[in-house]
Amino acid sequence: MTEQDALYKYCLRLGDDALIHSYRLSEWCSNAPILEEDLALTNFALDMIGRAQLLLTYAGQLEGKGRTDDDLAYRRSEREYFNHLLLELPNGDFAHTIARLLFSSVWEYYFFNELQHSRDTTLAAIAAKTVKEVKYHMAHATDWAIRLGDGTEESNHRMQKAIDDLWMYTGELFETDEQTAILRDKNIAADMAMIKAKWRQEIERIIGEATLTMPKDEYMQTGSSTGIHTEYLGHILSEMQYLQRAYPEATW
Amino acid sequence: MEILEKTDKIHEDMLKTFEQKIDRGDAIEPRGHMPDGYRKHLLRQISQHAHSEVIGMQPEGNWITRAPSLRAKQILLAKIQDEGGHGLYLYSAAETLGISREEMIDQLHSGKAKYSNIFNYPALTWADIGAIGWLVDGAAIVNQVSLQRTSYGPYSRAMVRICKEESFHQRQGYEIMAKMMKGTKDQQAMAQDAMNRWWWPSLMMFGPHDTESPHTGDAVKWKIKRQSNDELRQKFIDKTVQQAEVIGLTIPDKDLKWNEDKRHYDHGPINWDEFYRVINGNGQCNKQRMAHHIKVHNAGAWVRAAAEAYRQKKEKQLLHL
Repeated sequence: MTEQDALYKYCLRLGDDALIHSYRLSEWCSNAPILEEDLALTNFALDMIGRAQLLLTYAGQLEGKGRTDDDLAYRRSEREYFNHLLLELPNGDFAHTIARLLFSSVWEYYFFNELQHSRDTTLAAIAAKTVKEVKYHMAHATDWAIRLGDGTEESNHRMQKAIDDLWMYTGELFETDEQTAILRDKNIAADMAMIKAKWRQEIERIIGEATLTMPKDEYMQTGSSTGIHTEYLGHILSEMQYLQRAYPEATW
Repeated sequence: MEILEKTDKIHEDMLKTFEQKIDRGDAIEPRGHMPDGYRKHLLRQISQHAHSEVIGMQPEGNWITRAPSLRAKQILLAKIQDEGGHGLYLYSAAETLGISREEMIDQLHSGKAKYSNIFNYPALTWADIGAIGWLVDGAAIVNQVSLQRTSYGPYSRAMVRICKEESFHQRQGYEIMAKMMKGTKDQQAMAQDAMNRWWWPSLMMFGPHDTESPHTGDAVKWKIKRQSNDELRQKFIDKTVQQAEVIGLTIPDKDLKWNEDKRHYDHGPINWDEFYRVINGNGQCNKQRMAHHIKVHNAGAWVRAAAEAYRQKKEKQLLHL
């Protein structure tokens, strides 16, 4: 694998993360517990679409086959997607959505903070922009996790169940493979071991403040780095890509 | 007796001040005196307007996950978010009249408060997203531009903010339609089909003809409503016909023609039976929209309760510090 190939895949994966998470958050439109929350969650979805556009456009340039961000978003199939499994799971109740946003935004915060110093200047610039947005996502998720954890008995149970249910999908966030090793050597990719330690510390702090219990580290799900997903991704893609696939000659 | 006479005199003076303000064209503010009828009329109108913004998020939200490009998805999401924001301004404007958002939502659920009839029509294809932005928001703007001069200050100020954003919405809708009309045969057919289905309901958004409109009298006297239903409808038709022509869409009205004497377009008869059928609950989506709003509201009850419990806990802790 060349450095260029590795970087293509790295950007694609980060772009897919943003795209798929934005898809899930956008499903909250007209579905949130209060109007203000409807606006907040779809606002995060908007940030993420913007991030997906930047990363997929850059991935397309690295690939060198003339594919645009839309080509990559709308014309790839299940096995060609590389987003983390956590982000494609159904929204569940509001507590599950908050737990996912908490796990992913804390991860993104430390991850993009590191990536700002990447030797690849495009990636570094995207990371710098992303950190600013992710700060808000993280603050919002943290506030809600604490409010729900320390709210009523029901909200405490729901929040605990959400972090327990999603815990086994967090291991994947810190995996490394051949491609990240190549990029690490060149000071392009972020250092996962360090991010994992910071992430864990911050999540423990928030879960403690929310009067919740840290889940046990048992089996961690894996597969998305090689395009092995949950059954849910196929449904996302069939809905998201429907018009582009049904009218392949059309531009919108 | 003397006291009663004094009170009557005070009321009379207050009403006089109110009417003078209206005559001068001054804004009525929440703390100033206003007759009960004025307050009731505004409450009904502003809450209906707020609910319309919120219920209107449903037909459009229905297409977010299927938007055909990242840009289209981004624009649609931003637009729907604006609608939600408009709902918030309007709920706040209504709250200045002494009602809570919770009460307004209860009234919506019980059927006492209404929302715009247009959202009882389904958004069936992507072109409907274009048609909603262009025609439905286009019709709404004509009404809202006029309402910027409405006599109630908080409502008028909300309208000024809303109008700024609505013109972007209309352009977004028109851009979708224009792009499709430049596209493949399938896309053109989809756009024309949406035009055919949304044109007449959009005209109905302005309400019954002036001769039939029950609320017009007081609303005009109090300068809540600044132009009549038919005047506003005509304005909308005149500007929209030309926009349709530019991109090659046909208006589904065989009687539509330019009237040189009036300097306006004449249009064919509006199907008021359909209007009243939908308003009275038999549109395709009346039940669906309301059932959805109620389901979501109920499903979120535990979240709102948790937020309130947490707030109270923190307040108590602060008091004990």
